[in-house]
Amino acid sequence: MKKVKGFWLFLILSIVLYVTVQLLINAGILNQFYSNTLIFIGINIILAVSLHLVIGITGQFSIGHAGFLAVGAYISAIFTMKLQLPFPIAILVGGIIAALAGLIVGIPSLRLKGDYLAIATLGFAEIIRIVFLNIDYVGGAAGMQVSHLTNWTYTFICLFITIVVIMNFTNSRHGRACISVRENEIAADAMGINTVYYKVIAFALGSFFAGIAGGLYAHNFYIIQPTNFGFLKSFDILIYVVLGGLGSLSGAVISAILLTLVSTFLQDYPETRMIIYSLVLVIVMLYRPQGLMGTREITDIFGKWKSVKSVKGGS
Amino acid sequence: MGSMPLLQVRNTGIQFGGLKAVSNVNMEIHRGELIGLIGPNGAGKTTCFNLLTGVYVPTEGSIEFDGQKLNGLAPYQVTRKGISRTFQNIRLFNELSVLDNVKVAYHSLAKHSIISSILRLPSHFSGEKEMEEKSIEFLKIFNLDKYKDEAAKNLPYGQQRRLEIARALAAGPRLLLLDEPAAGMNPQETHELMELIAFVRKKFDLTILLIEHDMNLVMGICERIYVLDHGQLIAQGTPEDIRNHPKVIEAYLGEEVTNSHA
Repeated sequence: MKKVKGFWLFLILSIVLYVTVQLLINAGILNQFYSNTLIFIGINIILAVSLHLVIGITGQFSIGHAGFLAVGAYISAIFTMKLQLPFPIAILVGGIIAALAGLIVGIPSLRLKGDYLAIATLGFAEIIRIVFLNIDYVGGAAGMQVSHLTNWTYTFICLFITIVVIMNFTNSRHGRACISVRENEIAADAMGINTVYYKVIAFALGSFFAGIAGGLYAHNFYIIQPTNFGFLKSFDILIYVVLGGLGSLSGAVISAILLTLVSTFLQDYPETRMIIYSLVLVIVMLYRPQGLMGTREITDIFGKWKSVKSVKGGS
Repeated sequence: MGSMPLLQVRNTGIQFGGLKAVSNVNMEIHRGELIGLIGPNGAGKTTCFNLLTGVYVPTEGSIEFDGQKLNGLAPYQVTRKGISRTFQNIRLFNELSVLDNVKVAYHSLAKHSIISSILRLPSHFSGEKEMEEKSIEFLKIFNLDKYKDEAAKNLPYGQQRRLEIARALAAGPRLLLLDEPAAGMNPQETHELMELIAFVRKKFDLTILLIEHDMNLVMGICERIYVLDHGQLIAQGTPEDIRNHPKVIEAYLGEEVTNSHA
């Protein structure tokens, strides 16, 4: 079957990518700076793809994603630093707690629509940040010391799982239910779709992967502070999704890569960095208002993997 | 007809703030009937549909479907009980393909879980395959299978209406509610639509309630008609009764009926 073939192709390409990068790192060709950039790209892709599920697929305009990133970061840091548990377990628990936070935030706020939902999620994310700011156990405003545990292998495994899970979810009756909510909530309801359930599921699943990204993020620096997870971080993630094209998973991936690269290489010009970064956004939005990929997937362009076509989204 | 009605509406109505949009509606629809619901613009016909399908919760009275109370159920629960509908202004899933539109309606009939889909377990593949086959079969009945990979928004208007009916039927209803199915259609398309309604009614053993402004269609296919004006039922009966009912003529039908005679 074509779909199955597509999956094996994807798997092989992923392994090749992983092994190549790992070999380059081992051989010292990719120095610390480049491998760090790659890890950072990986984390941002996870964030972009997890928000893509909420905004691009289910059509729920959430701008509080950094809140769940914070939950994953702090919880996983507590597990490794205070409880001395292994890193993979800490990542997983961070994801699970973030998903629970997603449920708690999502169940009341997903009754809201459009702008109201956006404001509510923004508010919740700020609440989460301020909660961490006021807990002395995690260092309060001074932040929390975290050991550097994130490496290319962990990042790549998490990234791979995130993409596969979200792709598989999207290309199933459940993903179709989420898309139908995005396309027309009243009609979806009239077709027997429990719209609230799917909105909450998508939100919780998105939060889970944001939490996973949080675990990687926390252990990629030596310290985490509540200020890292303010609403500007939420907007960064939102920009990946919008710039990539709402409803396009590969678009989210590509724009996360591009914008991370732009922002990393502009670090040498701190005075003009945000100006150039913003100009890039303005120019892309002027010339591609539908986002880099529009509503298409990269696989559509190659004419392979037909089933991904159902991911096509609104503009 | 003596048996229990499929749909029993008793003194139902809804109030928005101080405004009684619909009140005191009584309806009794029996299995296999084809019923029309007519009335001037703003009479509350669509509100009635919204009450029946759970979009609005009635503030008075009760709605029973097949002996079960529907009051307070969410729309998706009403659909799963066996009532599905189309919309006055077409509400397709525009960006989804024609095939996927029908698949969404099959959603609650499939059983594979989220976990099985994420892990791509065998139950996912068999479930999805069954949905796909059933949906294609369904599209064939409506002659829409040639468009199956087309985005729904790209279909011509008449085909979109057809697809909406097909999608509503895929949800497996016993009672189908059609909200102005002929709106915006030319006489030829309306004629085809009437044939389609008669066909699906027989094929799926359906009970149908439809709202329509096209009196040729209503008088032509409905067995009984309810007339709504200012949120109240003002008349009911066979097309013949309704044609000559003084209150109906007064409300608005008079001109229309003479037209259709002419």
